[in-house]
Amino acid sequence: MDSNKNFVVGVFDDEDVLLSAVEQVREKGVRIHEVYSPFPVHGLDEALGYRRTRLPIAAFMFGITGTILALFTQTWMLGYDWPMDIGGKNHASLPPFIPVTFEFTVLLSAFGMVITFLIVSNMKPYSWPRQFDLRSTDDKHVMAVDLADNKLSKAEIGRILKDNGASEVNEKNF
Amino acid sequence: MQVTSTIRETLVTGGKTVRDVSEDISRQVEGKPTNLWWTAFGISLVFLLFGFYCLCMLLWNGIGMWGLNKTVGWAWDITNFVWWVGIGHAGTLISAILLLFRQRWRMSINRAAEAMTIFAVICAASFPAFHMGRLWLGFYWALPFPNAFGSLWVNFNSPLLWDVFAISTYFSVSLVFWYMGLIPDFAVIRDRAVRMGSKTRALIYNGLSFGWQGGAKTWMRYESVALILAGLSTPLVLSVHTIVSMDFATSVIPGWHTTIFPPYFVAGAIFSGFAMVLTLLLVTRKVFHLEDYITIYHVELMNIIIIITGSIVGIAYITEFFIAWYGQVPAEQYAFINRATGPYWWAYWSMMTCNVISPQLFWFKKIRTNLVSTFIISIIVNIGMWFERFVIIVTSLHRDYLPSSWSMFYPTMYDVGEYLFTFGFFFTCFLLFAKFFPVINMAEVKSIVKATSEKKH
Repeated sequence: MDSNKNFVVGVFDDEDVLLSAVEQVREKGVRIHEVYSPFPVHGLDEALGYRRTRLPIAAFMFGITGTILALFTQTWMLGYDWPMDIGGKNHASLPPFIPVTFEFTVLLSAFGMVITFLIVSNMKPYSWPRQFDLRSTDDKHVMAVDLADNKLSKAEIGRILKDNGASEVNEKNF
Repeated sequence: MQVTSTIRETLVTGGKTVRDVSEDISRQVEGKPTNLWWTAFGISLVFLLFGFYCLCMLLWNGIGMWGLNKTVGWAWDITNFVWWVGIGHAGTLISAILLLFRQRWRMSINRAAEAMTIFAVICAASFPAFHMGRLWLGFYWALPFPNAFGSLWVNFNSPLLWDVFAISTYFSVSLVFWYMGLIPDFAVIRDRAVRMGSKTRALIYNGLSFGWQGGAKTWMRYESVALILAGLSTPLVLSVHTIVSMDFATSVIPGWHTTIFPPYFVAGAIFSGFAMVLTLLLVTRKVFHLEDYITIYHVELMNIIIIITGSIVGIAYITEFFIAWYGQVPAEQYAFINRATGPYWWAYWSMMTCNVISPQLFWFKKIRTNLVSTFIISIIVNIGMWFERFVIIVTSLHRDYLPSSWSMFYPTMYDVGEYLFTFGFFFTCFLLFAKFFPVINMAEVKSIVKATSEKKH
């Protein structure tokens, strides 16, 4: 993590105030580093202008990999590698392979997606996160503004945050 | 902004604020366990140890220790297996299906219900695992490894093998789903620990929370992951009990060979699962003082699900009988008449009373909003659902095709012992969960506090 970063941190009590503040602050030309909330606030991602996550695509890709892998493995094992005559039925037929194929699809899709999520969100059990305000997991919404990203001065940003409903404005250096 | 109709019941009572939610739920993780907790934990450990002894004897001597015989080759073990798997289903129903239907009342009960799912599935899996006799060869037999005598693979045409995949996938996906829900809540406890100056706890819970920060971008991805996991878990949970029912339905045993089994088993699973959720939550609610989060309204809604699924199960019992008569297959007809009037009549009629009659009492609002009657009926339903599996399994087997093979099943101490082992294991795990993990999903409850909580006047 790069050293000597200076942030202005706005603390908000209410998610509706926060939502309108995010829009107002961005309109004033302030670039927001990130907003930290104790629970998901609906519409916040759009207000911050984030692109929709592509995790569903990742989940689909992992899932389809599971489907193909499971179908291929079962057909190869029972159809080609060691065909078994069970009541004169086909060595490899599709219907009995569906349950395992389905389960494997779900397994790969779920695990692949969650692992992708942890990687893209940079979440590791051994890393301590940069905490702007300890109350952001309790009951406050915390808006962090990186001074290096903005041309406006510390005081100006602080004033804009205050004007838009921040209950506190603090400074945080890392 | 969330808007909720004013005629909706409040989901969180007592005028709680967002801050109160963290305080109320985190407190029991941070405090010392109560004497009541230690007592319950001690009792569970006793069950666990006795069961462990029985399991060791079973492993040493083989499954001849059980009361099985040549005719009744499946009895308590598979009964308990299906019973525990069924119980697990309610947790996934609450967390996944109710999420897809946007039912907000799931939010304060999903955490405990999912924990129940995970522990119940482990208990369930132990029965077929021990039934294999040589547990240590289980992986080798059940997973597609090439056989030492050539490359003979596992038989993918067998429902028993489908079960291996279904149960293990169900367990791992449920675990991931549950853990994803826990991540933001572990971070709450971490940050509280930092503020209280408790370094070790902060470090442990930071590790558990994967260094969660709660940024808007992470929340956006997190919600997307939760939604897709719910979408994956919904068909998964239906597939699991469908496949369990196919263990029976694809055989040619009269009494098992019926196409109604998959929907009937799934409904029964949800029925018994909700009964177990109620049994556990009514106690948890009382012990941890969660009356404001798990309200009478929650209990009432769960009781309504019990009426619905209980009625489906009742109709399934009647349909089975009707089809046995209508199908005109003598073996099938005999199997069903024998169930109701044969030597196991008492098991059949216990099942009918507990599963078909007792849930109908919930039609009375007084009964379904009363905690004592709910608790009693929830236990009756659990007993009834155990008898259902026992009836299906044992009565279908004990009258073989040849009258000379007819026999009865008598459980031994080791049958009972393994059942007690799973109880001990289940409650030990649940108590540890209730002590060290937040029992209510704080992040989700916080998101609805403002919209649905009663306002202080």
